[in-house]
Amino acid sequence: MKILVVEDDRETATYLAKGLNESGYTVDCVNDGREGLFLASSGDHDAIILDRMLPGMDGLAVLGGLRAAEIRTPALILSALGSVDDRVKGLRAGGDDYLVKPFAFSELLARLEALLRRGAGPMTATKLRIADLELDLLTRTVKRSGKTIDVLPREFRLLEYLMRNAGHVVTRTMLLEHVWDYHFDPQTNVIDVHVSRLRQKIDKAFEYPLLHTVRGAGYCLRAPE
Amino acid sequence: MLAAKLPLLVVSRWSTPFSLRNARRLVRTHAFRLAALYFLVFAASVLGVLLFVYWTSASFIEQQTEATLDAEITGLAEQYAQRGLSGLIQIVAARSAGDRGDAMVYLVTDPNGNPLAGNISAWPSGVPVHSTALSFTLDRKVNGQVEVHRANGRLFHIPGGFRLLVGRDISDAVAFRRQVRSTLLWAGLIALGVGVVGGTIMSRNLLRRVEQVNRTSERVMAGNLSDRVPLQGTSDEFDQLAVNLNRMLDQIERLMTSMREVTDDVAHDLKTPLSRLRTRLERALVELPERSSQNEAIRAAIDEADRLLATFNALLSIAELESGARKNQRERLDLEEVARSAAELYGPVADEKGFGLALATEPGVKILGERHLLSQALANLLDNALKYAEGAAIEISVFRRDGKAVLEVADHGPGISEADREAVFDRFVRLEPSRTTPGNGLGLSLVRAIVRQYDGTVELHDNHPGLRVRFEFAALPA
Repeated sequence: MKILVVEDDRETATYLAKGLNESGYTVDCVNDGREGLFLASSGDHDAIILDRMLPGMDGLAVLGGLRAAEIRTPALILSALGSVDDRVKGLRAGGDDYLVKPFAFSELLARLEALLRRGAGPMTATKLRIADLELDLLTRTVKRSGKTIDVLPREFRLLEYLMRNAGHVVTRTMLLEHVWDYHFDPQTNVIDVHVSRLRQKIDKAFEYPLLHTVRGAGYCLRAPE
Repeated sequence: MLAAKLPLLVVSRWSTPFSLRNARRLVRTHAFRLAALYFLVFAASVLGVLLFVYWTSASFIEQQTEATLDAEITGLAEQYAQRGLSGLIQIVAARSAGDRGDAMVYLVTDPNGNPLAGNISAWPSGVPVHSTALSFTLDRKVNGQVEVHRANGRLFHIPGGFRLLVGRDISDAVAFRRQVRSTLLWAGLIALGVGVVGGTIMSRNLLRRVEQVNRTSERVMAGNLSDRVPLQGTSDEFDQLAVNLNRMLDQIERLMTSMREVTDDVAHDLKTPLSRLRTRLERALVELPERSSQNEAIRAAIDEADRLLATFNALLSIAELESGARKNQRERLDLEEVARSAAELYGPVADEKGFGLALATEPGVKILGERHLLSQALANLLDNALKYAEGAAIEISVFRRDGKAVLEVADHGPGISEADREAVFDRFVRLEPSRTTPGNGLGLSLVRAIVRQYDGTVELHDNHPGLRVRFEFAALPA
C-alpha cells in the first residue's frame, strides 16, 4: 500500500512517514501543494493524507485539481481548522475524511484504514459475518451461534459499523461521527457505556469475546486467532 | 453581548395598530415630542397673531363709536348753550328724522322722564339717570320687525331736571366683531391642522434618518459588520453623522477582521507545536515496554495536552460563533429530534451513574438552527448535569409556549444561586473555588454563543431543588 503525505510541517511529516512505515505502508512525502498535486496526478497511490494550509497551493485546491482530473484516490484532510464549516468545505472539495490537528496517530491510522477498505469490500452485502456472529441487514437481526440477540436500533448501527471495520481499530470519535452523526467530543464517556452494553449482549453468554477494547485508541471487533 | 445590554433604541412606529401600549410608546418617541413641540410653538404664534388682529380691529371700532358720541353730545351741548331748551328740542327732532336717525338714538325728557323729542318713545329700561357714559339695549323696528339692538350712549343733564340722551346703535359693530371672531376661529383651526400635519411630517422625515442609523447599527450588532448607513447626498448634518459613523464602522470591521485573522493564526501556530508535543509523547508511549513505570506519566501528559487543546478549540469556537460568521447556516430543525437523539446517546451513561434521564417532548416544535451545534449545546448541559447533580433524575423537555420553541434541561442537583446565574456564562468562570471537577469553564459560554447564534435566549432557573436551563427560540410553523 502506497500513501502520499502532503504536509508542510516537517516534524509532522517525518512523524507520519515513520509511523506509517512502521505500520507497513510505503510513504511518499512532499511539503508543497504543487508538488503534491503533481505526484498525486500519477494516480499510483492508494491514499493521500493532505494538509489544508500549504505553501504554493492550498490543500483544497490540490484536491479540487485531482478530482477535476478524475483521480479518485481516497484523501484524508488534515487541518488545524476544526469548525464544522471547515469540515464541510473539505468534504465538498472532494475529501473523504477530515481529521483536525492535533490528532492521535492511532486515530489517523484507524481512519486511513477505514478509507482504504472503502470500496474494497462488497457494500451491497445483505449479511455481515464475523466468526459466529451474524448481522442481517435486511431483517435487521443479530445472531450469534444461531441464537437471536435482541438489540436496539442504535446498537444495531453500532454493531454494523464495527463489523464493517472488523479486524481494525475504530476510535470513539469515529463511532460518534458515523453512528450518531455528532461532530464533537462529549466530556462524558458516553460511547464507552454504549459499547459495554453491546458487549453484554453479544459477548457475555458466549465462549470467547469478539469486541475488544484497544487501550488509548478505541475498539476492535475481531475473530479469535 | 453588547447588543443585549443596549436598551432597545426607540423608533417611531406609526403604522402599528393603536392601543394603549402603543400610545405610551408613541408618547415616548422623540418623533412625537418633536411634533408636539413644533405644534405648540406654531399654535402659540398663530394664536398670538389672530388675537392681535381681533383686538386691534375691535378697539378701532370702539374708538370710532366713542368719538362719534363725543362729537354729537358736544355739538348738542353747544346748541343748547346758544339756543336754549327749545332750540335743542328743535334740533333733536330734526336730527331724529334725518339720515342720522338710523344709526343714532336721541331723546330729550322733562324732569319727570316724559319724552319731549327724539326717535325713541321712552327712556330705555335699566339705564341709570346719573351716569354719563352708558350702554343699553333698545327695541327697534327694522323692516316691520322688532329687533333688540345694543347701543352705547352719553347723558347730558340740562339745568331744571331735563335730560338729553344721545346713543349710537352698535349692532353693526357687534355683528362685525362676531364675524371677525368666527373667521379667526376657523383660521386658527386650519392653522392647527396645518401645524399637526406639518409637525408630524417634519419630525418623521427627521426621525426617518435617525431610524436608518438605528437599523444599520442593529444589523451591525447582529454580526453584519459590512453594513453601512446610507447617505442622502445632501451634505447636511445627518450625512455628516452617517459619514462619521461609517468611518467608525470601517474601523471596527478592520479591527474585527484582523483580530479574527490573528486568532486563526494563533490557532494554527500554537496548535502545531502542541500537536507535535502530543505526537512525541504518543511515540514515546509506543516505544516503551507495555508495563513501564513511565507509561502512566506519559499517558497523563497526553491527557493534559488534550485538555489544553480542547480549551483552545472551545475558545476558537466561541470566538467564531460570536463573530456571527455562521449566520447563514440555518436549516429547519426539529427540536424533538435533537432532544431524542441526545437522550438516546446519554441515556445509558445516565443509567450507569444512577441518574434517570426522562424525555418529555411535544411533536412539531421546529426552529431555524443547526443540528450539530444545538446537539453540542444540549450535550454540554447533560455533561454538566451528570457532573454536578448527583444521582437524581434529569429531564429534557421540548414544548411550545407563546409562539416560542422551548428546550429545557432540568436536574435535581445543587443548582446555581441567583447571584451567579449571569456570571456562569462568562468565559473561564467556575463556581467551585477549588476547581477540582474537571472542566475548563467554557461549557456554558459555548452554550450561550450557540443559542445566540440562532437568535435564541438561554436562562437559568431554580428547579426547587436543582437547575433548570431553558433555551427559547422563535418557533417555526409546524
